Amino acid sequence: MRIGVIALQGDFREHLELLALLGWQGVAVKEPSHLVGLDGLVFPGGESTTQCILSEASGLRQPLATEVRSGLPVLGTCAGLIMLARTIIGGRADQWSYEVLDVTVMRNGFGRQVRSFEADIAVRGLETPMRAIFIRAPVITQVGEKVETLASVRYQFVDGASREVPVVVAGGSIIATSFHPEVSRDPRLHELAFTR
Amino acid sequence: MAAEFSEGTARVKRGLAEMLRGGVIMDVVNVEQAKIAEDAGAVAVMALERVPADIRRDGGVARMSDPALIREIQDAVTIPVMAKVRIGHFAEAQMLEAMEVDYIDESEVLTPADESYHVDKWAFQVPFVCGATNLGEALRRISEGAALIRSKGEAGTGNVVEAVRHLRSITSDLRAIAAASEQELFGWAKKLSAPYDLVAEIHANGGHLPVPLFCAGGIATPADASLVMQLGAEANFVGSGIFKSGDPAKRARAIVEATTHYQDPKVLIRVSENLGEAMVGIEMDALDQHLAERGW
Repeated sequence: MRIGVIALQGDFREHLELLALLGWQGVAVKEPSHLVGLDGLVFPGGESTTQCILSEASGLRQPLATEVRSGLPVLGTCAGLIMLARTIIGGRADQWSYEVLDVTVMRNGFGRQVRSFEADIAVRGLETPMRAIFIRAPVITQVGEKVETLASVRYQFVDGASREVPVVVAGGSIIATSFHPEVSRDPRLHELAFTR
Repeated sequence: MAAEFSEGTARVKRGLAEMLRGGVIMDVVNVEQAKIAEDAGAVAVMALERVPADIRRDGGVARMSDPALIREIQDAVTIPVMAKVRIGHFAEAQMLEAMEVDYIDESEVLTPADESYHVDKWAFQVPFVCGATNLGEALRRISEGAALIRSKGEAGTGNVVEAVRHLRSITSDLRAIAAASEQELFGWAKKLSAPYDLVAEIHANGGHLPVPLFCAGGIATPADASLVMQLGAEANFVGSGIFKSGDPAKRARAIVEATTHYQDPKVLIRVSENLGEAMVGIEMDALDQHLAERGW
């Protein structure tokens, strides 16, 4: 198994380490020539605005748009979820995404860094909970008909309201999370994304 | 499900630093600069009243910035906003935490408030970054709760030589500790005036600092950014180097691209072409004040 990890900015190293743990070959993708012969792609955490700019500047935007629409298995975490989402709330005016996952996400929807948190989350299909690390995480506010919710949390938001929101979703060949399984070194969603 | 949420854990604090890796954090003094930084692809901005080059020129006591300025910048950008407190000034830090600043820099660029103690950073939910000139200093800051270490360099000079010295010192000791015998680790703890447990942790994990290591202090060109990344920095703080240059927007973008593609000379050449004037640098011998000597 040969999985590319978009390595422009963010925590791509943690993803590469998890792939190695699974005995797979991880490829750091920094330019279009690195996209050859991949069995899957990971969009890591980081700053989505920066990743947008660097994807354009590196000539990766168009080739990646083709790859993610081709049915290639894809995993996106946090900023990676934003990069894949159909609609972004709270982004920059010129912020774009690959629009291949039919969800609406609100950037930093859980609040600023002081509200970043970790929690045990039950994920459908996994026997034991995941330790989920949420860092200025995006909130999934809307899920399309063909998108499945694999995990959700009930959370007290800054506005005082308590709402249940999806935090792991699957649509077509794509799985995406609001949190960082790579930071807690849990490879089970990587396994699920690339072997299901 | 009823989940239990833990905020402000070491992993959550270090986690944000991990998300900033491969990026550039830019010093900005107003909303306009903050927007230029975000447009250029900064991963975060450091909100302050004066960049280090001006602090150096003006002299006097440099303090935490006006909360109104920090608030304006928080409202203007979607990326994380950091702000500086004086070394040991936990009251300034309490204010920044209440303002929900994303990272606090306990910084030698401001005038120290306490000559004996740095802030007890475990007492805060918001993460801290601290400067270091060597590994011992880095580990003392980590033991106080710092979630991110940056080289001090010599801020406001546009001269990268001190940052290079600090990074080389830190990474060379990390390599030596990885290779040391168990017995020698006690000697390393003594030599570094650092907690044994942190030294042992570095040895066990193959020579990595327990938190990310970024570079700060003197980066002025894309080539500088590449140099320090190749020397082991995982991201770059750029202060005076951008907004004291001839074309800040273009230089900011160039340093962002250089930090990502630091191993690719072709990209470095492309982004360095026709970049305009770099900030005028200062030679170390010409300095009357070495900011890196502040703190211990």
